[in-house]
Amino acid sequence: MRKSSIDGLPTATCYSFSGVGLPNGTTSRISNITEFAPQRMTIVVLNRLFRRRAEPDIQLEQGLEKTRRGVFSEITKLFDRSAIDEELYEDLEMLLIQADVGWDVSQRLVAELRSHVAGERLRDPADAREVLRNEMVKLLEMATRNRKVKILQRGVPWVIMVVGVNGVGKTTSIAKLTAYHQRFGRSVMLAAGDTFRAAAIDQLQVWGERLNVPVITHQPGADPGAVVFDAMQAAHNRNVDVLIVDTAGRLHTKTNLMLELQKLRKIMQRHVDVAPQEVLLVIDATTGQNGLIQAQEFAKSVEITDIMIAKLDGTARGGIAFSVAKELGTPISYVGTGEKATDLAEFHPDSYVDSLFFGVGEGL
Amino acid sequence: MFESLSDRLNETFGRLSRKGRLSEQDVDEAMREVRRALLEADVNFKVVKDFVGAVRERAVGQDVLKSLTPAQTAIGVVNEELIRILGTEREPLRNADTPPQILMMVGLQGAGKTTHAGKLALHLRKEGRNPLMVAADLQRPAAVKQLESLGKQINIPVYAEGTDGKNPVTVATNAVKFARERGFNPVIIDTAGRLQIDERLMQELVDIQRRVDPTEILLVADAMTGQEAVGVAQTFNDRLGVSGLVLTKMDGDARGGAALSIRAVTGVPIKFIGTGEKLDALEPFYPERLAGRILGMGDVLSLVERAQELTDEKDAERLQERMIKGHFDLEDFLDQLQKIKQMGPLTQLLDMIPGLGAQMRQAKAQISDDDYKRVEAIILSMTPKERRNPDLIRGRRAARIARGSGTQRHEVNQLLKQFREMQKMMGSFGKMAKKGKMPANLPFDF
Repeated sequence: MRKSSIDGLPTATCYSFSGVGLPNGTTSRISNITEFAPQRMTIVVLNRLFRRRAEPDIQLEQGLEKTRRGVFSEITKLFDRSAIDEELYEDLEMLLIQADVGWDVSQRLVAELRSHVAGERLRDPADAREVLRNEMVKLLEMATRNRKVKILQRGVPWVIMVVGVNGVGKTTSIAKLTAYHQRFGRSVMLAAGDTFRAAAIDQLQVWGERLNVPVITHQPGADPGAVVFDAMQAAHNRNVDVLIVDTAGRLHTKTNLMLELQKLRKIMQRHVDVAPQEVLLVIDATTGQNGLIQAQEFAKSVEITDIMIAKLDGTARGGIAFSVAKELGTPISYVGTGEKATDLAEFHPDSYVDSLFFGVGEGL
Repeated sequence: MFESLSDRLNETFGRLSRKGRLSEQDVDEAMREVRRALLEADVNFKVVKDFVGAVRERAVGQDVLKSLTPAQTAIGVVNEELIRILGTEREPLRNADTPPQILMMVGLQGAGKTTHAGKLALHLRKEGRNPLMVAADLQRPAAVKQLESLGKQINIPVYAEGTDGKNPVTVATNAVKFARERGFNPVIIDTAGRLQIDERLMQELVDIQRRVDPTEILLVADAMTGQEAVGVAQTFNDRLGVSGLVLTKMDGDARGGAALSIRAVTGVPIKFIGTGEKLDALEPFYPERLAGRILGMGDVLSLVERAQELTDEKDAERLQERMIKGHFDLEDFLDQLQKIKQMGPLTQLLDMIPGLGAQMRQAKAQISDDDYKRVEAIILSMTPKERRNPDLIRGRRAARIARGSGTQRHEVNQLLKQFREMQKMMGSFGKMAKKGKMPANLPFDF
């Protein structure tokens, strides 16, 4: 097996994706980033100046349509009052906690709001609402600041290892990621590394057929390391752009299973020494405060590079994103909203906050 | 991670008691800590509010204010209230008036319905029943196949009609008819995961319920669920009349506050707890254990379970035998050491032991996993002969081992000295065990 690395292939064409809205269906050169960045900056600035709102994220909006009918604009309603009083702060704390933002972060947000209101002598609850919104966006930006530009290289498979506790939606998320990369014109291959759960392999194969991508499988109960080994080789031979490796769900408290992930990483590195270029932790949006512990433990043992918040189409508000952003700073990159392969959105702090907490699109 | 509630209350009351008499305001301060602990455990905020109200009343009314140890008394009150809500009696599965007994598993995606259908089937067969599992999840890719392969693993039949153009209501109805004809009892129906706000899919469950009239509707809920647990349980309960709760993934470190919320709001009893990935990892529900866990008061039982997971019974027996006979050597010691290491970082293990106060917590900071590594390195630098007979190690051998393990000679000697003491201790345990005075599975076999 030839060992390949970025240094070893000076003539390779680089193309990249960084979550800044590249055109569909084309692989774009790295220079596109710089072309797009100012444009996006302008949009952001305009939003701040005129609407003070993020442009609605259509993908996220559609996914969240169901939830919108619920109690989502409660925070907005909270500020529909004549004065900023003590009750407002108390109700706000309750609403944040109800959204799984967690005790610590809720306290902090309320305290920030109090000090802004006092410091800037704010009287109008609408101003207070903007302060809160901006504070919430700022918190989440702690999780996007560390986002790295992803540079895919022709001839070197971009390996994504998808990890998480049981039942968070790893396999479905893989289908979504596949469709996401296909939209950029990349060839994708899947590796059925979950050899433990009954029929996990079949589940991935069904998705493989639907999305028309090859799936590397072994028998149920086989060593996931062997699956990964074969997949790396196959990805190389067939010159695939993106290899997505499914892994069995594991509770972060099971030390031996966490060590297994390190082993998988080593096997990948035998072929591509920078692999896995992406280690994606999937967190269920309905998860409570344990989500933070999960993220911390996974980060400790496998160096996660990206986080995806899945199942955000329920009434869960994904408040765990705030604690994760604050405590870990690992980039949150994607949001999953439904059962279809296309139900995936890139994570943007402003649209996340607006869609989930401030009920954009309700005729505001 | 989280400080336990007892630590916080001790601290609060410790600070307050310096002023002499405790007042109602002081109790309020303590109640804020209770509130915080419950919220951090994901107990629903409305439930927390009611709960803290009830505890406060009892605390002010009598117990805590007059108590010499207010923190402990407060903890006691909190614990009692928790258990009162969680239910003191175990509620078994309902019996069917006319067989078969039909159990319908419902819940959100990824809660563990299919796995727990398998666990329940296995559990009931152990009770001498003849279960049939029904694959009525036609939504998720390969869900039918998952149930079929679980059925194969535990050798329990699965009723399935495939997925093409089938309707789960028809599948469930046919399955019950099939079970009646062939004498299967109970029938366990696995349904697709769904969001409680998905009207179409909720209606589908109602349709299944109308057609098959299940004996039990079991809501399968993930122990890690956050504040939304109440909304989910309430909707399922309103639409279907849930009769029992199965709480899954309790082998993790989630506090499981969701269970308390669901129980408090819907009154639905918790019937089973899922504690692992293996199909026999299903347990009846113990309120005391969950109460202690929600409060973060240590969890000895989990510690024991984790130890059991890694030791197989034969190994343990063999080891016990060796200990009693005084044959325990450095190889056994190394083996034990490696097992403990597998259980997780030392500090995490210490967290599970309840009642470790502030002093112990300081001591904890000094124990490091590196100590383990050093001991391991020393033993690994010995020859097998030396490990079996440590008395051989003197002078040059000790020097060689120190060199090989990157340690000092005095460290090697120290280890040997400790090991001899341990052997002596085991010898005396062994003698006692022979006389039947004491269980012999100490001190390493937890």
